[in-house]
Amino acid sequence: MRQFLRVAWVVMRKDLTVEMRSREIVYTTVFFAASCVLVFAFALVREGRPLEDAAAGILWISIAFAGTLGLGRTFERERHTETLRALMLAPSDRPAIYVGKLLGILALMAIVEAVLVPMIGLLFHAPVLARPLWLVALLGLGTLGFASVGTLFAAMLVRARSRDVLLPVLLYPITIPVIIAGVRGTAALFQATPDEPMARFWAALLVFFDVVFVTLSLWTFEPLMTE
Amino acid sequence: MARVFLPLVLVAMALFAAAPLVVANAPPEQTMGLVQKIFYYHVPSAMLMFVSAFVCGIASAVFLFRRSAAADRVALAAGELVVLFGAIVLVTGPLWARKAWGVWWEWDARLTSSLLLWMIFLAYLLVRRFGGPGSEKLAGAMALFGMANVPFVYVSVNYWRTLHPKTSVVMTLAPGMRAAFWFCVAAFAALYVLLLTLRKRLEDRQAEVEQLYLAAED
Amino acid sequence: MKRLLPLIVLCALLPGALTLAQAPAGPPSTQGDFVPVNQLPAQTEQLPAAPLLMGAYAFVWVALLVYVWSLWRRMTKLEHELADLRRRLQKL
Repeated sequence: MRQFLRVAWVVMRKDLTVEMRSREIVYTTVFFAASCVLVFAFALVREGRPLEDAAAGILWISIAFAGTLGLGRTFERERHTETLRALMLAPSDRPAIYVGKLLGILALMAIVEAVLVPMIGLLFHAPVLARPLWLVALLGLGTLGFASVGTLFAAMLVRARSRDVLLPVLLYPITIPVIIAGVRGTAALFQATPDEPMARFWAALLVFFDVVFVTLSLWTFEPLMTE
Repeated sequence: MARVFLPLVLVAMALFAAAPLVVANAPPEQTMGLVQKIFYYHVPSAMLMFVSAFVCGIASAVFLFRRSAAADRVALAAGELVVLFGAIVLVTGPLWARKAWGVWWEWDARLTSSLLLWMIFLAYLLVRRFGGPGSEKLAGAMALFGMANVPFVYVSVNYWRTLHPKTSVVMTLAPGMRAAFWFCVAAFAALYVLLLTLRKRLEDRQAEVEQLYLAAED
Repeated sequence: MKRLLPLIVLCALLPGALTLAQAPAGPPSTQGDFVPVNQLPAQTEQLPAAPLLMGAYAFVWVALLVYVWSLWRRMTKLEHELADLRRRLQKL
């Protein structure tokens, strides 16, 4: 078990170290997410002002799009430098490598969300500070669900054709329930009087999804990555 | 092989051909009248869509963990049938809904999750077709997630307030309706087995052809 | 066997078509007879059910037939290819 965690930690540190040198993926993904928010803010207007009820939805759409982009870019880098094959050749637990990559993606998404949430609060007058812990919980659980499936598929697609378009094609139908739960829970928190029981219900559903997705991903990572 | 096969074909065809007759003789439903008869094709198709998703998921698991090429062929056949029967469900449903609920579509739990299940297996077929070499494994993972989705689709209608009838409706049908319904289920099930066998056989032939090409090159 | 398949499908179509042709019109229709307008239930009565029902059944039949036909077509093509390859291999 400790070996497992050590490998995961090492893989994640490797990813973060490489990223911190150029910060290319972080900057471009955050900027892309912010642009998404703006596009939606100007596209969904009522009487010339952004639709405030759409805040939760726009937040999660931007997370999903930015996540897809970040996943693609991260694994493209692996493909380019052939490090994925090197990782697979290493005599370590395959699922540990998966967990390491997942933690790296989660770190990237956390940075993106740290920028998006204040943006949403400002642009849509959403009460992001009303129930901050619940908001963090929902974002964390939802992002975990999304990233767990995303990491699995992005890793597999590294060697496939049409990989750029196939990632969203595969990812979205499976993770739409996660997005739905995230949006409904966040929308409940953004109401004039935050609806905590509702947020708790959707958070519980997200926990259920996370357990299923992470378990399935851990289980299938090894046979999928072996030739 | 053909000796077992031909009776299966005849049974499936006979059952399916007789189904309209059986349905026409079933008692009409009180509130919805004539349009409720879509139920006799809609629900068996939905049942077979779920069954096929399970078959595809299990076959994919066998393929991923046992490296069985035959299992992969079964998975492909079952995946195509999920899309086929799913298309039937998603077309007959709105046609019924237009009359019964007044709208073609509602974003309630059952309809949304069924649509997503259908799209997952549509993506399954897309990956197999356009993913290039090695895409069978990725598709297999897709199928596993799709299979995990099925119980969720099934229970969603019982736990969320939704327009869609609950699953208990099937168990509490009136006698005349019950006979017609289970007859249609049998007809569709026979048809499903037939289509699955045919499709798998097609894939087997395809694999044979590819092997012969390789042998011819040597 | 493969040559019989379209014939079987055609035979299956005929009884279905016949039964549909002679099937009764449906439940004793509340919208057929002369019912005063203010006694009719709300707007759902104004949408005829028969086209929806026919459309649904027609779609099911068409979808299944198209699928079976496509399978049959690919199967015959593969069988020819297979026979061809076997002949070529025997010559070598």
